[in-house]
Amino acid sequence: MRKSKQNGSSIQSVAGNGLLDRRALLGRGVMMAGAMGAGAAGALTGAAAEPLTEAPWSLEPGDVTEPYQRPSRFEKGVVRTVDNPKNEPSGSRARTPHHLLKGIITPNGLHFTIMHAGIPDIDPAQHKLLVHGMVKQPLLFDLDALSRYRMVTRIGFLECGGNSAPLFSNQPIQADVQALHGLASCAQWTGVPLSALLDEAGVDPKAKWIIAEGADAPHLSRSVPLAKVMDDAMVAMYQNGERIQPGQGYPMRLYLPGYEGNMNVKFLRRIQVTDQPGMTYFESRIYTDPLPDGKDTQFYFVQEVKSFISSPSPGVGLREPGVYEISGVAYSGNGRIAKVLVSADGGGSWGEAALDEPRLPKAFTRFSMAWRWDGGPAILQSRAWDEGGNAQPTREQFVAKRGQTSKPPSVLGFPGHHFNAVTSWAINPKGEVRNVYA
Amino acid sequence: MSMRNLSIATGVLALAIAAAAPVLAEAPRLGKPISPSDLAEWDINILPDGTNLPPGSGKAADGAKIFAEKCSLCHGDSGKGGRAARLVGGPPKASLDGGKTIANYWPYATTLFDFIRRAMPFTQPRSLSDQEVYALCAYLLAENKLIGENDEINAATLPKVRMPNRDNFVIQFPDRI
Repeated sequence: MRKSKQNGSSIQSVAGNGLLDRRALLGRGVMMAGAMGAGAAGALTGAAAEPLTEAPWSLEPGDVTEPYQRPSRFEKGVVRTVDNPKNEPSGSRARTPHHLLKGIITPNGLHFTIMHAGIPDIDPAQHKLLVHGMVKQPLLFDLDALSRYRMVTRIGFLECGGNSAPLFSNQPIQADVQALHGLASCAQWTGVPLSALLDEAGVDPKAKWIIAEGADAPHLSRSVPLAKVMDDAMVAMYQNGERIQPGQGYPMRLYLPGYEGNMNVKFLRRIQVTDQPGMTYFESRIYTDPLPDGKDTQFYFVQEVKSFISSPSPGVGLREPGVYEISGVAYSGNGRIAKVLVSADGGGSWGEAALDEPRLPKAFTRFSMAWRWDGGPAILQSRAWDEGGNAQPTREQFVAKRGQTSKPPSVLGFPGHHFNAVTSWAINPKGEVRNVYA
Repeated sequence: MSMRNLSIATGVLALAIAAAAPVLAEAPRLGKPISPSDLAEWDINILPDGTNLPPGSGKAADGAKIFAEKCSLCHGDSGKGGRAARLVGGPPKASLDGGKTIANYWPYATTLFDFIRRAMPFTQPRSLSDQEVYALCAYLLAENKLIGENDEINAATLPKVRMPNRDNFVIQFPDRI
């Protein structure tokens, strides 16, 4: 560490190209840091503020209070991007606008989703969950029955196995953080531990897997090791305190903390206990990938340690030199986030980011870093470690192991899965942000 | 057995049950028993060893007619691809540029039966008879040169179809299974 030389400030620089000690964004620190920015480019010493007047909305009574409130009309741009708005006969994806959100909870209306054949309109009074296969007694549960069981609540992320797939491209694709990383979200999930229902049915000691199935048109099915099911699998019925919305699997879905999104079967209607995996379409053709050595991945399951910066990010640039907060999310399907490092010089030097509370296992953790942008070129990166000691790989490390395309794919394509390497945002002197490989 | 001994024995038994299944002790136990025949309509998982394949059989010639009528609109004539995935032909090896095909990639032929029956045709899932699904499996396997033109596909032959890429997969986290 070295002391900042400007203005004799006591704010410490913690890494190259302007990364500051976190105190720079707290209390007295921000004033001093602001003063430094002012000294450099006049950021806080512009023309004096205009005299205050009453605004029109302060001079008459306002609008009606609605039963289910919605965001301000001025927030209409804070929405998911959807790739099948006319519900053509194919899949549809909706991506979370990370660059417009803070904290760790994704609002329900902005949670990512992927549907493989539209959203079913399920009557909860007629929905059933069947548990059968290698059990003593096949059992049928309805929503009323499940509502009587002891429920558990946990905050956890959900990430599509294909999130960040455009970063498999051999050349950086210019797209924003929503397009690149929008197939991950984080919510508070409440439901019944699946182990309680399996215990009630009586699992055969020789069983090793379950096959979970949804009540949507594709009857989507995935195999899950019994060990994971008995550890922390949940039949989730509530998301952020309200019933799970249809796009999330109403009235119930499988929630497998830290595991590949597609395994978290929505509209859950059936659990078959088996001694072998089903080798279903999605686990044999879709969520498997060719490797550089000619082999193919299978049963990847875990969404490994990862982080990305949401602000600044492409489309969320910098207006003028000065002090900024670099902010983003980190998460790991293996547990808590232990540490996030941030670089402003393309990995030449790193400073440790502040981690907001709460820091929960298999959940988003918000990180931040104070940064004084001097108006010159910069490359911002974040790199996370989880409590198991697993490090988020650099892109070079990741590509050596998993490969990349030979030509750029569509930004909406899924050339590979489970991309968790470092993302790099390059900032030019105009303050514009671009996706680069550094 | 005296009443006292009986109550001790019952107490010991209760303790043993509580120790073996502590969750059940306080569970509401509201699952309704259902018989195998009553759940048969939903019992559609086909396992890779052929478990649960239904009676019936089909050949490629029959499958070709069904495919032209119910599948080619999305998957193209002869499965060459269209709005939906190519099912016949393609590169000898898949890569991150694409090209995962039934012939070069899918590890088990049973997945064809399972997926077609549960999810296809896209606009009318579960509308095909088991006989039609067998015929479509035969057609797709024959067009991909994985079986002969006149080979019959049924519960015994489908799991035995040798899929070229089966042993090429690496389980990412074997310790999790």
